[in-house]
Amino acid sequence: MDYVIEMLNIRKEFPGIVANDNVTLQVKKGEIHALLGENGAGKSTLMNVLFGLYQPEKGEIRVKGEPVKITDPNIANNLGIGMVHQHFMLVDPFTVTENIILGKEPSKAGRINLNAAHKDVRELSERYGLLVDPEAKIADISVGMQQRVEILKTLYRGAEILIFDEPTAVLTPQEIRELITIMKTLVKEGKSIILITHKLKEIMEVCDRVTVIRKGEGIGTVNVSETNPDELASLMVGRDVVFKTGKSQSKPAGSVLEIADLAVNDSRGVKAVKGLNLTVRAGEIVGIAGVDGNGQSELVEAITGLRKAGAGSIKINGKEIKNSTPRKITESGISHIPQDRHKHGLVLDYTIGENIVLQTYYQKPNSRNGVLNYRNIYQKARALITEFDVRTPSEYTPARALSGGNQQKAIIGREINRDPDLLIAAQPTRGLDVGAIEYIHRRLIEQRDTGKAVLLVSFELDEIMNVSDRIAVIYEGEIVAVVNPNETTEQELGLLMAGSKRKEAGGSTHV
Amino acid sequence: MSRKLLNISIPVISVLLGLLAGAVIMLVSGYDPIQGYSAMLSGIFGDEYYLGETVRQITPYILAGLAVAFAFRTGLFNIGVEGQLIVGWIAAVWVGTEFDFPKVIHLPLAVLAGAAAGAFWAFIPGLLKAKYRVHEVIVTIMLNYTALHVTNYLIVNVLSDKQDKTENIAETASLRSVLFENLTDLSRMHWGIIIALICAIFMWFILEKTTTGFELKAVGFNQHASEYAGMSVKRNIILSMVISGAFAGLAGAMEGLGTFGYAAIKGGFTGVGFDGIAVALLGGNAAIGVVLAAALFGGLKNGALNMPLEAGVPNEIVDIVIALIIFFVASSYFIRWIISRLSKKGAK
Repeated sequence: MDYVIEMLNIRKEFPGIVANDNVTLQVKKGEIHALLGENGAGKSTLMNVLFGLYQPEKGEIRVKGEPVKITDPNIANNLGIGMVHQHFMLVDPFTVTENIILGKEPSKAGRINLNAAHKDVRELSERYGLLVDPEAKIADISVGMQQRVEILKTLYRGAEILIFDEPTAVLTPQEIRELITIMKTLVKEGKSIILITHKLKEIMEVCDRVTVIRKGEGIGTVNVSETNPDELASLMVGRDVVFKTGKSQSKPAGSVLEIADLAVNDSRGVKAVKGLNLTVRAGEIVGIAGVDGNGQSELVEAITGLRKAGAGSIKINGKEIKNSTPRKITESGISHIPQDRHKHGLVLDYTIGENIVLQTYYQKPNSRNGVLNYRNIYQKARALITEFDVRTPSEYTPARALSGGNQQKAIIGREINRDPDLLIAAQPTRGLDVGAIEYIHRRLIEQRDTGKAVLLVSFELDEIMNVSDRIAVIYEGEIVAVVNPNETTEQELGLLMAGSKRKEAGGSTHV
Repeated sequence: MSRKLLNISIPVISVLLGLLAGAVIMLVSGYDPIQGYSAMLSGIFGDEYYLGETVRQITPYILAGLAVAFAFRTGLFNIGVEGQLIVGWIAAVWVGTEFDFPKVIHLPLAVLAGAAAGAFWAFIPGLLKAKYRVHEVIVTIMLNYTALHVTNYLIVNVLSDKQDKTENIAETASLRSVLFENLTDLSRMHWGIIIALICAIFMWFILEKTTTGFELKAVGFNQHASEYAGMSVKRNIILSMVISGAFAGLAGAMEGLGTFGYAAIKGGFTGVGFDGIAVALLGGNAAIGVVLAAALFGGLKNGALNMPLEAGVPNEIVDIVIALIIFFVASSYFIRWIISRLSKKGAK
């Protein structure tokens, strides 16, 4: 057998939960092996077992055929296992080389031999085509470069098997292309790679084989050449996944949100939104398409009262709400699924139940005369947890303990439950897996069908095309075009988002 | 081991370790630790008088501890409890000496004056933090010195005629309790302990049961999410400091209206406000924990007074013991580690 890593029938329990059960992962030498699973399926747990951070209750780990006990990360390192973390573990003011040698400094009589280290790092970097400048400071290099430093760190420590934890989550499309090339070079040089991901596209492109985990259980291993994204998605989720959410023609009614000539400054005082016009009607989903940083965040913050707006007007159901307080705006019938769920969406130290009433705690029946009615609050939380399929041990669990997808479901449940006239969803599926994305899209469309107005802001063109009834393209703080998703293409949208004006006469900029 | 049990066991183990270390220090420096500690114990519980004095000592510790804990639970670090206590003390004494009302009006008025003065003194850093993002630690530290010197000036020049202390407060403003005095062999135990315990219940209720507490804690945890949820971040920061300062001011009122009955100029800080930080830490910033920790501190401090008399042990030993207890609580990670090690072995 030429397996470099074998994890056989691994079982890992935490109090009250089985994180891994009967998972088998066998990685051949020189292959890129994907570990696929939904958020919270137990991918990270399995890798932490391999890396020595957790001890399995059952099962066996073999490295190159030899049974081993990995009780701490140093042992994993010595066995040639290296981890490229999703959140980089780098010291910003240090140089690339200093970061790489950290903890394993080549020294003579207490003095670090930096020259030798630079040379080693440069050699490694060239050999694997990483093109990293060993003397640059971490703070000065791009995120993509920082990731390469992480890769170099593992190589410098002699890693033969590299674990990549969701490596593309933080990268731009260009950087993703480069990373794929690097991974292929690594494999050619005899390394083996385990790629943790839930992105099917990437698996189809770079991986040789893929092992699927669902709800902690090992589902099996398939050859990438013999499968397709649909099959992988259904293996991962446990049922067929519809990538294109089916929906009927929208039947828009009167306008709910009317924005006229709105101007908003960003935090530096620079105009981010300039004379923007936009209308969202009841019973339709308007998608805002645009490259990040073209005024989307400022627009949403201005509507929801989190940022002061300049000229212009924002009306909800005909009532002016510009520069009103967030509470008044919330009460006037706007729900907001914020772009950053940790910053705005949740108080992570509060329980799920407390987060469910984050905007409504002061209303009856959640409280009476200023005294909270926790029995009611948790009852309501229980109902929402069931209705929105939030996977949590209980309603008393701190929000921090939930996976990203379940945190997002809790937020969406809360916002939809408030029964708004307008639902603003900013990047509602960022960082989520296909199952959760499908679910959230279905919920948004369902809201539309019950006659709500929905404003969707997203950087993902797929999502915009798929869900919206009308697409408004934002560029440098203005809506430059409004198009019908059935009459446009990704190419056309891409051009509009990059600032090229629409040629046809139909492109009225006033919505 | 359950989390709750672990949370309780850490301060308990810290206290035991602190006492043990104190015993070692006594032994090394040639004193008899058993004699020393039994002298301390009889200084705490020995007879009714000592018990009464201990309770008296506990009272301001509870309130100072609540002040620190309340701010801490809402994301603020109030180091200015000492200064708020001093201004509360002098304000209560001022009302107690200057006015002449029947007791049902005069005493509550004097107590509230103390609370209001402490609240005002804490309002300043709260406002600066809310409006200009000035860190409360810096402002409260500086206001401690301001309080000390301003009150000294007021005592000498305004509240008395170039004396180093004010007149005694009117009997109608006094917290002294004939009932408690008779029960405890004429100790200085006063009604303040009741006020302190009510405040502990008040803090628990506000933080755990009310919408106000929900907002205060939310703002402490995550200002952005609180703003998103429609809460006023500024208002809550100020409110938190004001309530914290009111507790501190009450601690001062207890000293002014209960223990002493006057305000005297001070060469330095009373230390009660700073000990409040330790009390809150040891009590895990929870109301009931603060009461228990204050009882321990008050007991140790009061018991220490008896050690030189009965056992010839210098009472500074107790300061060392207290410092060690704080040290062990602060290094609770170490204790957690030992517990997890032990319980793992037990499981095998």
